Amino acid sequence: MTLQRFWTRGAIYLVLAAFCAFYLMPFYVMIITSLKPYADVNVTRMWELPRGIYFDAIFQAWATVSPNFWNSVIITVPAALISSLIGSLNGYIFAKWRFRGADTLFILFLVGMFLPYQGILIPLVLTLQAVGLYATVVGLIMVHCIFGIPITALLFRSYYTGIPNELIDAAKIDGTGFFGIYRYILLPISMPAFAVVLLWQFTSIWNDYLIGLVVLSNPRLAPINVAVVNIAGSWTVEWNVQMAAALIAALPTIAVYLLLGKLFMRGLLAGALKG
Amino acid sequence: MATKSISAAGQRTLVSGSTTTGRRRRRISGDMLLAILVLLPSILAVAIFIYTAIGWTFYISTVKWNSQVIDYSFVGLRNWLRMIGDARFHADLRNLAYYAIGFMTQCILFGFLLASLLDQKIKGEALFRTIIIFPFAVSGIVTGVAWRWLMQPTTGINLLFANIGLDWFQPTWNTHPRYGMWAVTIATAWQFTGYVMALYLAGLRGIPQELREAAAIDGAGTYATYRWVIIPLLMPVTFTAIVLTGMNSIRVFDVLASMSGSGAAFATDTLAFFMFQSTFGAYRYSLGATIGAFMILLSAFLIVPYLRSMRGEVER
Repeated sequence: MTLQRFWTRGAIYLVLAAFCAFYLMPFYVMIITSLKPYADVNVTRMWELPRGIYFDAIFQAWATVSPNFWNSVIITVPAALISSLIGSLNGYIFAKWRFRGADTLFILFLVGMFLPYQGILIPLVLTLQAVGLYATVVGLIMVHCIFGIPITALLFRSYYTGIPNELIDAAKIDGTGFFGIYRYILLPISMPAFAVVLLWQFTSIWNDYLIGLVVLSNPRLAPINVAVVNIAGSWTVEWNVQMAAALIAALPTIAVYLLLGKLFMRGLLAGALKG
Repeated sequence: MATKSISAAGQRTLVSGSTTTGRRRRRISGDMLLAILVLLPSILAVAIFIYTAIGWTFYISTVKWNSQVIDYSFVGLRNWLRMIGDARFHADLRNLAYYAIGFMTQCILFGFLLASLLDQKIKGEALFRTIIIFPFAVSGIVTGVAWRWLMQPTTGINLLFANIGLDWFQPTWNTHPRYGMWAVTIATAWQFTGYVMALYLAGLRGIPQELREAAAIDGAGTYATYRWVIIPLLMPVTFTAIVLTGMNSIRVFDVLASMSGSGAAFATDTLAFFMFQSTFGAYRYSLGATIGAFMILLSAFLIVPYLRSMRGEVER
């Protein structure tokens, strides 16, 4: 290795390490602050490690936001499951039953993925009120499923497009029908796609704020991120408790990301239509 | 559907009778009807909750419904004129420009830089990658809470600055009456850069090694290779990144909700805030709908070219 190459490599690692420090910095502050007792949350000692580990702030935050945490669970889990199932069927149809106009319809679906929701919020509320689902958990689950239709169809469609048509044709010759092909040919090999879509939907529904705020603003029923804002908005709540609440809100998606990072990557890329 | 596959598919049709690719030669089969039937609920949902809703929003923007009492009497463009004349709207447009410039530049520049560095056969690449994308796994709300604390005038980053002798440099960050929006983009770019980095990394991995070698044989150095080979080849990725970060700029809401709100004198206000507060705070539904409709028009400049560019890709 020449000297110049040595310095170049060193500089690359140094820059990467500096960026990583930057990306980890807020997590560091969040974690150490939520482990400090209130007396230690001091503006001059912000960056110092706690003088011992105190779970007081975390317990206090948990006592406040735990109902909302569980709300988020009962909203996110069914919504992610149902929208993945819908997405899988839609993707199957868009990939393997390409009726006339199917591609145009698909593009029309995708518009929903990019739309600023502010442009459809008022009709959304009016529609939900009309069918009696406004301010209900079921209503919010339904809205997440509907807004998930574009992305889930896209992810499954690109996965199923990769499966040879010959396989489907052979099944048709054998007299297998629409559901038979889905059930016996595609579904058994769909697990990787389901993993990516479930992960993606879980993360985006869990992290949602706007839709939860609009559809389910009742503080008792609201999802976790709405509760965290309510805590952060009140200046009376101590910083360590605010940080702890934010940490609790972030924990499920962080855990999922660390456990299934590769799938997350795949979802990210497919989400940008490059899958 | 590519026309060149029709002849091959047609031949297969003769043999098997009903194939996936030869569908156009036959009448719609029962299974095809079933497929459309299964798709129907989704079509209806999209038609109602996306397209009808867009139309409805535009309609509400032309009526007089600016109180809790529903009023659908037509007022033409009055709401639009009122919005355009509103000082808050002007602040929002200025903030959108500030935000978009700051956010998009950081995401694309750092995203590209990090991807290029990670592409240099780095030891521990997976770890670096995991850390850089990490912030994207947390919500905008969590991001806002963490960065509000980091940007406190008397502590956080300013404390770090003071500790390294920069105690004359103590910006007020997101509370700055004029440039608060730039500070906000530090937080949002912190969250989003990993995503852009992942896009660029996938793009870089898609460039054949031979091209780089050919450039090297032609005597191109690292800079020339990037300037004349890699960056032009990555234009589609850059386009995607511009669209995604642009969309994010138009609708930014949640990071601000937990960070600085609208700020003093709307220093960090956004169209999304204006829309939300007009509608659900002040019950001025028609004004809210007008802002929402305006946001849709703005994003159409990004969505339409993007979907158009995708069309070819979809119809493979």
